[in-house]
Amino acid sequence: MSYEILGISVLWIFLYGYLIVASIDFGAGFFAFYARITGKDHLINRLISRYLSPVWEITNVFFVFFFVGLIGFFPDAAHYYGSALLVPGSIAIILLAIRGSFYAFENYGSKKNIVFLFLYGATGLLIPASLSVALVLSEGGFIVETNGVVTLQYLELFTSPLAWSIVALAVTSVLFISASFLAFYASRAEDKPALDLMRGYALFWSTPTIIAAFTAVLYLSQHNNRHFQNMMDLWWLLGLSVVFFLIVLWLLYKGRRYGWAFICLMLQFLTAFFAYGIGHYPYILDPYITIQGGATQEAMGIALVVVFIAGLLLLIPSLALVFRLFLFDADYVKGKK
Amino acid sequence: MVVDTVLWSRLVTGLTLSFHVIFATIGVAIPLMVSIAEFVGIRKKDHHYTLMAKRWTRGFVISVAVGVVTGTAIALQLALVWPNFMQLAGNVIALPLFMEVFAFFFEAIFLGIYLYTWDRFRNPYLHWLLTVPVVLGAAMSAFFITSVNGFMNQPEGFIFEGGHFSAVHPLQAMFNEATPSKVFHVLTSAYMTGAALLAAVAAFSILKKGVTEYAKKGLKLMMTVLLLFSFLTALAGDVSAKFLAEHQPEKLAAAEWHFETEKGADLIFLGWLTAEREIVGALHIPNALSFLAFSDFNAEVTGLDEFPVDEQPPLLVHYLFDAMVGVGFALLAMSAIFFLLLLWKKRNELNRWMLRAIVFGAPLAFLGVELGWFYAEVGRQPWMIRGYMRVEEAATTSPSIVILFFVFLLLYILLGTMCVIVLRRLFRDNPAEVELEKAAKAKADAMQAQTQEAGEHA
Repeated sequence: MSYEILGISVLWIFLYGYLIVASIDFGAGFFAFYARITGKDHLINRLISRYLSPVWEITNVFFVFFFVGLIGFFPDAAHYYGSALLVPGSIAIILLAIRGSFYAFENYGSKKNIVFLFLYGATGLLIPASLSVALVLSEGGFIVETNGVVTLQYLELFTSPLAWSIVALAVTSVLFISASFLAFYASRAEDKPALDLMRGYALFWSTPTIIAAFTAVLYLSQHNNRHFQNMMDLWWLLGLSVVFFLIVLWLLYKGRRYGWAFICLMLQFLTAFFAYGIGHYPYILDPYITIQGGATQEAMGIALVVVFIAGLLLLIPSLALVFRLFLFDADYVKGKK
Repeated sequence: MVVDTVLWSRLVTGLTLSFHVIFATIGVAIPLMVSIAEFVGIRKKDHHYTLMAKRWTRGFVISVAVGVVTGTAIALQLALVWPNFMQLAGNVIALPLFMEVFAFFFEAIFLGIYLYTWDRFRNPYLHWLLTVPVVLGAAMSAFFITSVNGFMNQPEGFIFEGGHFSAVHPLQAMFNEATPSKVFHVLTSAYMTGAALLAAVAAFSILKKGVTEYAKKGLKLMMTVLLLFSFLTALAGDVSAKFLAEHQPEKLAAAEWHFETEKGADLIFLGWLTAEREIVGALHIPNALSFLAFSDFNAEVTGLDEFPVDEQPPLLVHYLFDAMVGVGFALLAMSAIFFLLLLWKKRNELNRWMLRAIVFGAPLAFLGVELGWFYAEVGRQPWMIRGYMRVEEAATTSPSIVILFFVFLLLYILLGTMCVIVLRRLFRDNPAEVELEKAAKAKADAMQAQTQEAGEHA
């Protein structure tokens, strides 16, 4: 395997990791706020903060990791995406900044404040929506280079049904993933009222998620047929994804084995995400950056891969320790520690 | 009207970095102080120090949050505001940027564990051990980022042909000749600033609420650390100046207003410059610049005249440089006087003037850090990557950058204000004395319960 394929695979795995952990985090923010205004916060907020408190910084780092890695492996991406995304990227920075700091202020500060919670909940939906736009742009047609000047076609972006369907998919997925995880966490904590609430949310958001997914694929076929055809060649991966989705639905409906339900949900997104990603090949930005043409120098590519492996060897045991202490320690989950 | 996008790009980045460096410095320094306090607490079996570690950590996580989000901002802004810089330099310096994320990841994981495991280990040293990866992770982050800055000053590890970098050696680029002196200076000054901050907090509490055992211990511990690191910072500054004299002479020459190459060069301290480039009111110390630069009173020091006019750094860096050096020596002197008063039995090291000076030392130290970075960045002008890429070639061409400057300014004002308010509330509503009483009471209750239980069993 060449180093650039290895590089993009690593990055794609990381983006998948971010998709899962960030969705849990973003969705939890929304649910925390929603539960407060519907007067159900006593049921779930303690549960949410017990899980989120130890891990919120880790989530943020996943994102920076993907971003820095992308620029590292494919420096041309900085030129195109960097030039085109100055304004939307800055908006995303501001949302992330507000979310991260206000979470800490609310959680480590002394007083519970409804404004902090509102910002925390609202940014939980706005951030995935704004980040998902980067995927829309990569399909081509929105970023245009003329005489060396890179511009973003705002009008085309805002009137594109593909863009809106991907944004809708991002938001519904966030809520579906988060609710399913929190249902699992509540079942581990043996917290029946919280479990019932989160299970209800998860079931509710499953249908919009799958509808948004099909809509997005439909509009993709109109916007970028090459990508769509590539994905259809991977029909078995997409099929697997649907099968996993049905298992999740069935387990949630029956109300048992929440751990397995969440694992199947992760597999559902894994298969769909990789069908999408492999179908995207060979472009990073259609038609300007390809994986082969835009890759960094070989020495740097190899150095990055080596560092990545060494870094993982360092991080996996540390993450395992976190999970052991906070996620799989029954006493901690139940709030006894 | 034509918008000077280069100027505004510099302003946006300068703004983000000036704000971020406050929290980055705290982020590097405070873990070491927490680690020292917890260790002393366990060794001396003194719960005052343990409480110190706990309280510092509690304040620290709030500032870490701001550090994380502004750090994310600068990571993204590098590509958004300087897309051509990242396209060119990304080939050579992606490695340390990538590793910095790992280092931070490592630090964040163990900070998370540290925060939530105060009472989960029977052996207190196990909990203290968790500070080691946090301190190391923070220091490694500083190392990697500073090495990128080192590369911008002293680019190495590639061949430049046809407008591109090729034959890249990532390790050589990372360990460029500017890296060791820069990292040494950044780390020592960060630890110095962290100690100055915590010493100021203790001094402030003594001034307001009178002497308590807790505040006195904190003050003495942090003044010790301050003395050590202000001395090391001065040493690091000297190493950095010697590096500049050898490898980046135009930067030192601009800072010292050394216009012509000569042997036995004078050191020019303070003063100002007239429009005709004449120095007024400065202190000339004979041959001192030669000595500072090469440890030899008669060595030849390269002057600005050896560089084309459009490659000379702006001369205002002299003020930045002198102010930075002044701050460093003021802090060294302050901590030295504190210990003289302490050792000289008839004197009281806790007199009000000493305490006021220590309180004033915290903003002074942060000012020193800011001045140092301004000198480092302005002194590299007009280069983005010295000798290869000028600042104007690197910047974005989008005029939206003007609006973004004000949007980010607002954001940082908001974050800074919120951070101060939350920190004040956190500590004002929960002073150390109250916590100590609570802890003592809880302990007494536990003891009582134990004896009762023993009584029932008997």
